[in-house]
Amino acid sequence: MMTGANLSRKEEPDFRYDVSAIRADFPALSLEINGHPLAFLDSGASAQKPVHVLERMDRAYRSEYANVHRGAYTLSQLATESYENARATVASFMNAKTPDEIIFTRNVTEAINLVAYSYGRKFLSAGDEIIISHMEHHANIVPWQLLRDAIGIVIKIAPIDDAGNFLMDEFKKLIGSRTKLIAITQISNVLGTIVPIKEIVNLAHEAGAHVLIDGAQGICHHGVDVQDLDAEFYVFTGHKLYGPTGIGVLWGKLDLLNEMPPYQGGGDMIENVTFEKSTYREAPARFEAGTPPIVEAIGLAAAIDYVSSIGLANIAAHENSVLAYATNKLSQVKGLKIIGQADRKAGIISFELKGAHPHDIGTIVDSKGVAIRAGHHCAQPLMERYGVAATARASLGMYSNSDDIDQLVDALNYVKEIFD
Amino acid sequence: MEDDIRELYQEVILDHGKNPRNFRHPEDATCEANGNNPLCGDKLTVFVKVGANDDIEDAAFEGRGCAISVASASMMTNIVIGKKVAQADELFDIFHKMCMGEDVGEPPKEFEDDIDKLMVLSGVKQFPMRVKCATLAWHTMNAAVHGKEASTSE
Repeated sequence: MMTGANLSRKEEPDFRYDVSAIRADFPALSLEINGHPLAFLDSGASAQKPVHVLERMDRAYRSEYANVHRGAYTLSQLATESYENARATVASFMNAKTPDEIIFTRNVTEAINLVAYSYGRKFLSAGDEIIISHMEHHANIVPWQLLRDAIGIVIKIAPIDDAGNFLMDEFKKLIGSRTKLIAITQISNVLGTIVPIKEIVNLAHEAGAHVLIDGAQGICHHGVDVQDLDAEFYVFTGHKLYGPTGIGVLWGKLDLLNEMPPYQGGGDMIENVTFEKSTYREAPARFEAGTPPIVEAIGLAAAIDYVSSIGLANIAAHENSVLAYATNKLSQVKGLKIIGQADRKAGIISFELKGAHPHDIGTIVDSKGVAIRAGHHCAQPLMERYGVAATARASLGMYSNSDDIDQLVDALNYVKEIFD
Repeated sequence: MEDDIRELYQEVILDHGKNPRNFRHPEDATCEANGNNPLCGDKLTVFVKVGANDDIEDAAFEGRGCAISVASASMMTNIVIGKKVAQADELFDIFHKMCMGEDVGEPPKEFEDDIDKLMVLSGVKQFPMRVKCATLAWHTMNAAVHGKEASTSE
């Protein structure tokens, strides 16, 4: 990867990592926004796409597209192969035992709803307890509340400290004989906290409980080896991993998946249908009713190939150095307070700026070409925990660099100029 | 773009945003409503005291939000005190059009001063994502005086 072209800037992290070559792969990063080069710092909401993904999807639509699992003709067979190869690519990326453990969904939200509905109604009953953390995304709160309202489970909340650290001792106290499931994020989308999920899985298993990991943020900053982690479910979404929207992944242990009833009924998931009774296929087909997101799956596989060619560990190291640079620079902005300073953090920085509301910050920095998120980040209970209605959030991707951070800091100084 | 920013965040808005007028909870309010912007979590409550003949005798608000939504609530309460409910409705309609960049035609003479004041907020028309910030207080007041439960500016 190294071309040496970018070495002159001493802040540039990790010399083996050619961030300018990577940036060149992402067409959107050369956009000009409001007369300024785009500084895209909202990858935590959705990442930009490398040309590899765009071209792969274009090619799929142009020359290998038909519906899958149906036609006896060549084009359908080609599409089916590409779709199933995508499943194999995902399986290998997560180190799943078999591609059959990979279920394509629309996104993380749908994946968690699938588990809450299907696993929840099969394996949980009134009075059973599940534990989530205080820093979950709404997608890992609301499906469990729907289940609670439907069957009467109890939801317990594992606390965090003011810095955003997951409190393992407090969590241990919540585990009891009725604990059936821990549903927890790998990395907080607001605080950037890296949650010790391996330890949580071990504790859960000692208590006979199952674990679902929300990998929406974790997959792109850390990745996962599902066999090593040994959780029961792991979910992630394609669009945060530089892939297309409309494609998410539910990984589950195969035996468990095959014990779970369907979530949606329709075509492709059945063995046999009569008006009296239908029988269902095994996973993954059981959970993929209807025409799936074919080209999106193919695009996701292209994104994974791209990420893998650079290496998740290299990406994480790069992001960590930009995170350190950003944390240092932002700490020097007077009146700026970073929310979330856990001991182990990924490239997500939420902050407040004295006297300026996050929305005003978002609008004003946009006029300087800087894209950040402002709002509650779909984590209102966490906002409540910190006594704020909203924060501004800069989140990093594999292409983020110190220029982006410098542009953000300049733009924040402009915000201060307006409000002071 | 930076001109648009300066137009949006002009002195009078920043002043109302920092030092909102009528930021209180009147004990004798006859109606109130909660407004929230579900996209961003901003919340405010508008209190109105409607007297005989539909006169708005007092209007106030509490809550938290961005400079635009707080300034808008502050200016709105200032303007509607002393008006009739029907006049407030009419002003809301004009103000909403201003924020959307729609033609408001020739506004009634009686509102000339009010519309001059509200004009400073019309800079939001350059920022479609922020229109709901400017109109949240008005939607909420509308819900309060017409006895609707809650309001969102969505």
